[in-house]
Amino acid sequence: MPEMFHRKIERSAVLFVLAIIAAASVGGIIEIAPLFTIDETVEEAPDMRMYTPLELAGRNIYIREGCYACHSQMIRTLRDEVERYGPYSLAVESRYDRPMLWGSKRTGPDLARVGGKYSDFWHVAHLTNPRDVVPESNMPAYAFLARNQLRTEDLRDHLAVQRTLGVPYTEEMVENAARDAYGQATPDTDFAAGVTERYGDATQVSAFDGVTTHVTEMDALVAYLQILGRLTNAAYRDTAATEKPPEAQD
Amino acid sequence: MIRQLTSSERQNALVIALAVAIVGIAMAAVGRSDVLGVHGVIVMLFGGIVAYLVMSTFYDPEPTEDRAASYYDDPIKAGIILSMAWAVFGMFMGVWVAAQLAWPDLAFDAGWSTFGRLRPTHTSGVIFGFGGNALIATSFHVVQRTSRARLAGQISPWFVLLGFNLFCLLAVSGYLMGVTQSKEYAEAEWYADLWLVIVWVTYFILYIATIARRKEPHIYVANWYFMAFILVVAILHIVNNLAIPVSWGSVKSYTIWPGVQDAMVQWWYGHNAVAFFLTAGFLGMLYYYLPVRAQRPIFSYRLSILSFWGITFFYMWAGSHHLHYTALPHWVQTLGMTFSVMLLVPSWASAGNALLTLNGAWHRVRDDATLRFMMAAAVFYGLSTFEGSFMAIRPVNSLSHYTDWTVGHVHAGALGWVALITFGSLYTLVPSLWRRERMYSAALVEIHFWLAIVGTLIYVFAMWNSGIIQGLMWRTYTEEGALAYSFIDSLVAMYPYYIARAFGGLLFLIGTVVGCYNMWMTVRSVPMAARTADVPVTAAVVPGE
Repeated sequence: MPEMFHRKIERSAVLFVLAIIAAASVGGIIEIAPLFTIDETVEEAPDMRMYTPLELAGRNIYIREGCYACHSQMIRTLRDEVERYGPYSLAVESRYDRPMLWGSKRTGPDLARVGGKYSDFWHVAHLTNPRDVVPESNMPAYAFLARNQLRTEDLRDHLAVQRTLGVPYTEEMVENAARDAYGQATPDTDFAAGVTERYGDATQVSAFDGVTTHVTEMDALVAYLQILGRLTNAAYRDTAATEKPPEAQD
Repeated sequence: MIRQLTSSERQNALVIALAVAIVGIAMAAVGRSDVLGVHGVIVMLFGGIVAYLVMSTFYDPEPTEDRAASYYDDPIKAGIILSMAWAVFGMFMGVWVAAQLAWPDLAFDAGWSTFGRLRPTHTSGVIFGFGGNALIATSFHVVQRTSRARLAGQISPWFVLLGFNLFCLLAVSGYLMGVTQSKEYAEAEWYADLWLVIVWVTYFILYIATIARRKEPHIYVANWYFMAFILVVAILHIVNNLAIPVSWGSVKSYTIWPGVQDAMVQWWYGHNAVAFFLTAGFLGMLYYYLPVRAQRPIFSYRLSILSFWGITFFYMWAGSHHLHYTALPHWVQTLGMTFSVMLLVPSWASAGNALLTLNGAWHRVRDDATLRFMMAAAVFYGLSTFEGSFMAIRPVNSLSHYTDWTVGHVHAGALGWVALITFGSLYTLVPSLWRRERMYSAALVEIHFWLAIVGTLIYVFAMWNSGIIQGLMWRTYTEEGALAYSFIDSLVAMYPYYIARAFGGLLFLIGTVVGCYNMWMTVRSVPMAARTADVPVTAAVVPGE
């Protein structure tokens, strides 16, 4: 009789605790563990590249400012989303993302494929005061990002931790993290050449906020926004998408 | 606070407070070039202030009476005060961020006051600050009364309560400075998370040890829920927050979970924070304070069992319904949807059990706003769990996801269920704990009730409207087969609802302030009640285990 059985376990704190652990563990184990073992969970994408130190720093600013509270980075497999934002998002596109930034609310539009859709200048103007560019917008102004120097001295530690977690940064990339962050925002310098050499020709080296004398948080955030959706072309290749992948910018 | 401690306990309390202060100094030193340094100073001050409080009454006379002959109520009183203080803070932040969505210039061109940084101060402030403190306080009260035993520790209840508030303080002050993991409802960074593990394990041990002292053969149903709340939140918190810090001197860490797996882990956590923090814990409150206030026994023991195990088992599968149509594998989405729908059974079993308990006491519901708070909470619980199961169905979710409908749903639960059951419980608890005859003003309880109900309804209706309009606009096509509205068109359509929502939230906040005033005046000016026997059983009438 189940009721009698329950009268027994509710007389013992230990039995009750064990029963709670047993009942509560099943769902998580069955839903999470196979995501690491089933190969199809994350697609193959040999062309997948990593975030440069500047883009990673920009991503951390995106996190710091809580942008994910209003912007998703996950285009769902629905017709209107694909037509509005581009090919639906694949798991492989966020394989290096710790944490993922898929988001849960769109007070603003999805940003999964915003990279390359607007100029650097547009992004800087928009972040400085969104209502200068989009009068109806309710996004906060982020003018202070252009006033803040980007902290680069600890980027080496950031890449080292990412490497420990399995992101294939080389020893050379880790060592040159701060230098490369500077180089990506200062075109036509030796530093810039190093970025292209280590991260590939497709890397966008640019003055981002228009000022090359120092690297600001604005530079980093715009560099990050411009790479969104462009780490791999898998979404254009492996889906029914009719569009061509965005061209690499210089 | 100190009077109940013996001199050796006072020494231990002092050692713990000083140890916390020293950890703070170490954090400040290692993290001097980082925000971690600021948090080090906060930890140091926190430890220092507690140490000062212990020392200031260090040589007061020791307790002479047999402490086991009375319940330990001081930490509960402090917990109630902290809970109400966090409620005002968290709800104020909510009104502010709501207003920012309608009037974005309310961020005043500063980093700390932008929507993205303030939003988690609202969510953590109300969930952990208000809800968490209320849960700790009521769980300490319920476990003692239903076990007829005193808490199994003198210092540990204070450690749990103050330690938890230190966590909340670190979390909320961190968000303002840009310290966040960006994991929803788990934004606090690695060092705060580690501290919470220590606090939470202490909480669990204290709770189980108190239950082991019980003078009742059975563990009462409210304690099942509190145990599930403490235990499962520990599991969720640890797994979701596994991360490697960039360095010992940095606030920043990287989670060990990448991309799609992180999405699953985050929503396994996120949805079960709803289940075990915002549901199980508050059902613990409901199962004690509702029957006490209604003076009716729980309607059905069997329904209690069914709903408890249903919630404990089903909820853990449901998190993936937050990820419909995403890059999460389809089979996981389907499992999440299936279990979310099945969850309706135990959820409605709980809500029904609560409402049927009121049979024979409906005249009290009519006359007593405190009991009406709890009745309304059970109704909102039933409504929002129905809505939740409905929204977890994939095609429904295609419309509701990413829109304000989700926000409305959350607030139907958070305002209508969590906050109302808490206020009902606290209005029951405050007079009995401070041994007052009654609350200062029944009329003010009545006013609070209606402000809360009207505020919630305005909020929820505004968000239903905006969410559904938004979802429909995104998917509307012209006859030529093109998308009919740009994104900004859908935002412009939201503004009237954002203003209405901020107004609804403001009413709710005013109600909470009224509640604070009423509780304050109850303690200050209501005459003491005639002493009734509210003490533990010292000689075991019925053996515990």
